[in-house]
Amino acid sequence: MYWPDIVKFITLVLSRQRFRTIVLWVAIAIGVVAVNLLTALGEGAKSYVLSEFNVLGRNTLITLPGKKETKGGMPPLTGESPRPLTLKDAQAVSRLAGVKAVAPLVLGNIEVSYSGKLREVLMMGSSRSFFDIRHLDVGQGRLLPDLPFNKGESVCVIGNKLSRELFASKPALGEWVRAGDSRFRVIGILKEGGTSFGFDMNDVMIIPVVNAQSLFNKDGLFRMFTEVRSHQELNNIKAKIIALIKERHEGEEDVTVISQDAMLSSVQKILDTLTYAVTGIASISMLVAGILIMNMMIITVSQRTKEIGLLKALGATSATVRLLFLSEAGLIAVVAALSGLLVSHAVLLLANSYFDDIQFHSPWWAQLGSILLAVLLALLFAWLPAQRASSLAPVEALQGKQQKGQA
Amino acid sequence: MIELSHLEKSFQIGDQTVHALDDVSLTIETGEYVAVMGPSGSGKSTLMNILGLLDRANAGQYLLDDINVSDLTEAERTHVRSQKIGFVFQSYHLVSRLTARENIELPMMLSGVPAKQRALAVDEILEKLSLVDRAHHSPNQLSGGQRQRVAIGRAIVMKPSILLADEPTGNLDSTSGAEVTALLESLNAEGITLVVVTHDQAMGDRARRQLRMLDGRLT
Ligand SMILES: Nc1ncnc2c1ncn2[C@@H]1O[C@H](COP(=O)(O)OP(=O)(O)OP(=O)(O)O)[C@@H](O)[C@H]1O
Ligand SMILES: [Mg+2]
Repeated sequence: MYWPDIVKFITLVLSRQRFRTIVLWVAIAIGVVAVNLLTALGEGAKSYVLSEFNVLGRNTLITLPGKKETKGGMPPLTGESPRPLTLKDAQAVSRLAGVKAVAPLVLGNIEVSYSGKLREVLMMGSSRSFFDIRHLDVGQGRLLPDLPFNKGESVCVIGNKLSRELFASKPALGEWVRAGDSRFRVIGILKEGGTSFGFDMNDVMIIPVVNAQSLFNKDGLFRMFTEVRSHQELNNIKAKIIALIKERHEGEEDVTVISQDAMLSSVQKILDTLTYAVTGIASISMLVAGILIMNMMIITVSQRTKEIGLLKALGATSATVRLLFLSEAGLIAVVAALSGLLVSHAVLLLANSYFDDIQFHSPWWAQLGSILLAVLLALLFAWLPAQRASSLAPVEALQGKQQKGQA
Repeated sequence: MIELSHLEKSFQIGDQTVHALDDVSLTIETGEYVAVMGPSGSGKSTLMNILGLLDRANAGQYLLDDINVSDLTEAERTHVRSQKIGFVFQSYHLVSRLTARENIELPMMLSGVPAKQRALAVDEILEKLSLVDRAHHSPNQLSGGQRQRVAIGRAIVMKPSILLADEPTGNLDSTSGAEVTALLESLNAEGITLVVVTHDQAMGDRARRQLRMLDGRLT
């Protein structure tokens, strides 16, 4: 039998048994959509989280005040601890051998204003090195001046969005912005950028760290970033930092130092597990679709026994009958799987236009896999009834009997 | 040529054995016109099914054009069937989702004849059976006589040498029945071997040779 004839024949079957066709179609398409959307969700979450963590280089250590205890004690949730991490600590760390740069960080929310316009922003107090470590750059003007940590200057670098909102189309560079009871001259505007660590970098104001400390009236640092000269030294320097601070804090080990690698690997493990779990759930829904196909095919065979007998009487071999049934299942599986893929792409497109900072893409292996799985399952579950259909003796099939006198 | 010798066929119904064919020996020459008659349950359809390779006998030999078809595999029998044998059933057995034309085309499609060749053959048959204006109708839009003509068209499209008809006029009124009979006879006149099962004495009498069956035996 020729392929065009087979296709014509089975499309006639499929279009006549419309209900059955639609049920199969929907079941398979839902399976494919489930696989694609769920893996896209898993992968999207993963790449979102990873990109957040990736902003730090592999050579960066983060020091936070407070000791992460496994038993007892309060974890350093707020960054406040009995003994604060100070600028002097940061200076001491920057003098360690193997340390390339240190960036202290003080954070706070504050209202800023310019010619009557008022905005609440995230104020970051840090140093010149902060820009290198966090891979930030200005689109206009310049970075903060390279000052010792304990020297201040009334200048600021502001985020892109903040600049637009305060100054509209007017030039911002050189203008004075009021923050609390201080005034800062704008010397730079950050390039348009995403978020990092959940902070929207388009909506921040960065000033020298001592200015921020006096503005918020606190000594402690929220974080301290340390960049080492080479990756091999990372763990060595991590130990040195802990030892140094312990010595400076009267023998009390009250800071936590973490590296990106450590964070990433644990986060990645969790996210991978999530993706696999989600893919597993989706695959189960495909299996259900497969079983549905088998049931439908068995019913079909019973309903069409007479026709099978007729086809055989008219010269169709068992192989032809089997081919007809298998290609019937295959055709609907392919069409349904492709439409499922189309629907998932449409949904993802919609989701991606709705969310800016998290993007969902179903990975190629999920797309290919879901289609292959759908077709394979359809063929597998159609095989059994097809086998049964083709093994019927023509005369028995013609009389509408099933498998009688077979044994 | 059909040569049957000592054919046996029995069916098991519960613990009872029914001898549908009992020591049937028979020779039918090419081009013959044979009517098979007999009471209900005498084994006529069973004989036709075996002649048409739709079923196998339990014992005995069946030579079809000097080939021992009892020895062939199912696939080989299918091939022989599609090349040499055409069937006409009492209840037409048309595929309802296919048009008249497509029903006639079906055997050629199944045995892989290219579309162009099929179209020519089917055109010729539609012409011959005066079904040209019904070609694109579905079976349920046709009268009984027309349906049986379509079924005959389908039976002869592969140009078989044998045409087997099991009560072809059983479901038809006398006018359409006569039409169908005339059609079958004209095909026989062109050289096809025609074997007809019938309850209709008048039709049986028209055949050049009559076979009578009773309880699975030829009498
Ligand atoms: N598949 C079968 N299973 C069991 N018994 C069968 C089967 N086919 C036929 N028989 C039996 O074999 C005998 C002959 O049946 P067959 O159909 O050949 O009769 P027939 O002469 O065609 O009758 P009718 O004129 O009613 O069509 C009957 O007793 C019937 O019950
Ligand atoms: Mg009968």
